[in-house]
Amino acid sequence: MRLASAFCAFALLCSACGDSQTEQSTGVRRVLYWEKWTDFEGEAMGRVVDGFNAKEREHAKADPGYRPIEVEMVIVSSIEQKLLIASAGGNPPDVAGIYSYMTAGYADKGALTDLTGLAKTSGIERSQYVGRYYDLSMHRSKLWGLPTTPASVGLHWNKRLFREAGLDPEKPPQTLEELDQMAEKLTRWEVTLSSGETQVQTGYLPDVPSSRKRLLQAGFLPTEPTWWTYGWGFAFGGKLLDGDKVTALSPENLAAYEWVASYSKNLGVDSVQRFRSGFGSFASAQNPFLSGRLAMEIQGVWMYNFITKFADGMPWGAAPFPAPAAHPERRGVANAEVDSLVIPTGSKHAKEAWEFIRYTQKQEVMEQLCLGQRKHTPLAQVSEEFYAKHPNPYIRLFRELGASPNAWSAAKTGVWNEYAREMSTAADKVANLNLTPTEALTQVQNRMQLSYDRDRAIFLRRQR
Amino acid sequence: MRALERRKLGIGLLFCAPWLVGLSVFMIYPLLAALYYSLCDYSVLLPPVFVGLDNYVELFQDRLFWKSLWNTSFFALGSVALGTVMALTLAILLNSKVKGLTFYRTAFFLPSLMPLVAGSILWFTMYSGQGGIINTLLKKIYIDGPAWLTDPNWAKPAIIFMTAWGAGNAMVIFLAGLQDVPMSLYEASIIDGANWLQRLTNVTIPMISPVIYFNVVMGVIGGFQAFAQALIMTGSTGVGAPEQSTLFYVLQLYNVGFMDLRMGYASAMAWVLFIIILGLTFAATQLSKRWVTYDR
Repeated sequence: MRLASAFCAFALLCSACGDSQTEQSTGVRRVLYWEKWTDFEGEAMGRVVDGFNAKEREHAKADPGYRPIEVEMVIVSSIEQKLLIASAGGNPPDVAGIYSYMTAGYADKGALTDLTGLAKTSGIERSQYVGRYYDLSMHRSKLWGLPTTPASVGLHWNKRLFREAGLDPEKPPQTLEELDQMAEKLTRWEVTLSSGETQVQTGYLPDVPSSRKRLLQAGFLPTEPTWWTYGWGFAFGGKLLDGDKVTALSPENLAAYEWVASYSKNLGVDSVQRFRSGFGSFASAQNPFLSGRLAMEIQGVWMYNFITKFADGMPWGAAPFPAPAAHPERRGVANAEVDSLVIPTGSKHAKEAWEFIRYTQKQEVMEQLCLGQRKHTPLAQVSEEFYAKHPNPYIRLFRELGASPNAWSAAKTGVWNEYAREMSTAADKVANLNLTPTEALTQVQNRMQLSYDRDRAIFLRRQR
Repeated sequence: MRALERRKLGIGLLFCAPWLVGLSVFMIYPLLAALYYSLCDYSVLLPPVFVGLDNYVELFQDRLFWKSLWNTSFFALGSVALGTVMALTLAILLNSKVKGLTFYRTAFFLPSLMPLVAGSILWFTMYSGQGGIINTLLKKIYIDGPAWLTDPNWAKPAIIFMTAWGAGNAMVIFLAGLQDVPMSLYEASIIDGANWLQRLTNVTIPMISPVIYFNVVMGVIGGFQAFAQALIMTGSTGVGAPEQSTLFYVLQLYNVGFMDLRMGYASAMAWVLFIIILGLTFAATQLSKRWVTYDR
């Protein structure tokens, strides 16, 4: 056993030494970068890395004394879990591309390098960004990362289905009430008549029993996609966290969940469940929006890519999500998050890692990246060329939505994942009419306030 | 111990060493480390802080702990019962002398070779409440099938039915057991006038009871560790949709440990699961003394 242990230790030592020996002999400073995106998005980041490495080599050619930095990008799936394990093991990458909602939890637990000082000395400041995207990397008044590609969410609608329902295909709903009315007009059923024949009918058809009607097309479903059901309260003026207080049970969130339930009451729980069970996975032609079974849904800036891939030729539009008629100022309530480049604590090449991050923040580099990933840029300055070249016809809209004061993001707490799961489950229970909004949100409120307080206590203990 | 014996022991241990190292490094150490962490507030990223039995106290008051335990017990019980009956029935059928036996054996074994992810995606499509093959077939016999995976009452049974599809492995083990039953016992029972059912209950089942016991124990252990089916079939967000009806124990453990960074609490969950499986296996062993026949 001792022999085996010695062998393992020797092998580890050799592998550890190998890297630094190569570095010393070639004079190259290697930076390991973990990126979560694959496919064209990963390739776009790969081109940025190539550009940085080429620039470094040029520098070394001009100045033979200069040791160039070489970034090695590794595509890593499930970045949340793998970064956690690597950080705990004391062997994290030098740079990691994370989701902004991970920042608070990781920063509170000391897993990220504070970049506030570095940003200041490099002349990087908030005014150079769309404020929200910069702020998503801020936590407890410190900067933990810098944004790369953002994503915001808007209402998407299928113009063909609008036309078929007698609606103006160029006019998306302007108020929440109008959305509800349009949703009814866009609802289509296959009804079995007493003669046994079937007939297509529109509207909610409350008098036809569910056994005799089959939902063919829905106008809108608050539970589709299931990704942001926890955030409907924002459209009603609510929020999820107020200082250190969990506000799941606020009147605004209750109103939002009542609205979620109203769709199940109008369409029938059984009909909605059957309808939804026929949906394929998001990235497939069986996606309800792409297959023309759902006329309107909230989706992100990425939806353009999937429409092109799975439903090319489908006439569609994107617009700000409507607000209740009494509160027009809330128009454009949208989830907005951003990818963020961070330096995990324990990075062996933090200085070089920062050089790479700084490079990605240059306007031309950022635009190259965001164009490649078909998203908008988080920088305040945008060239007209960027918009001209961008394939998504609604790219300006998504940028406006992300910059809007009505945009909302994940709450900055280490218990965000749990909170989002709890709120989604509550929405599920309310949509199935198994619990009232008050019952469902009381469960969330009680559980999450405890979780939040526990997480905060851990943070305070660490501070001591 | 003489010198020769010591030498033999040394050589024996040397040959066992790879397994012993593996067992110690990958089983015993994690087990003991998890036991220690279960007594700590441990977020993985920060050093563990000893909190005594706090995690266990909280666990037994946690609504989701009980919910996930119920979901998992339901699944384990259902999948073991259905899987065993299904595998045994198939094995008995495939043990008879019919034409094309090899083809049937291969055909029934094949599904168990399909990777879990691919199989889950296939069943996901088959379970569609509108136009899915299962509901279409049910309609032919005038049954209005449910919405399966989007109906909180049917999502768990749906996953149980899916696991029965992969009964091929157990079926092969049963088949081997069946072929091991001495023909003389069947001949003797036929002479005594036993019919097909009597032969099954008085000869076949007692003779293959050790195989049944093995399959049940393995099935229970596997059932309590179910994870991937729920994650794939009811959304990758880990909520165990619909309405946490498929929030299996290991899925909740994963959520708590890797999503919420509460590894101490997750370790406590893991240890409780370990005790449960140990208890059930022990109970099965005790019960087996009554109904498992090892004597020939």
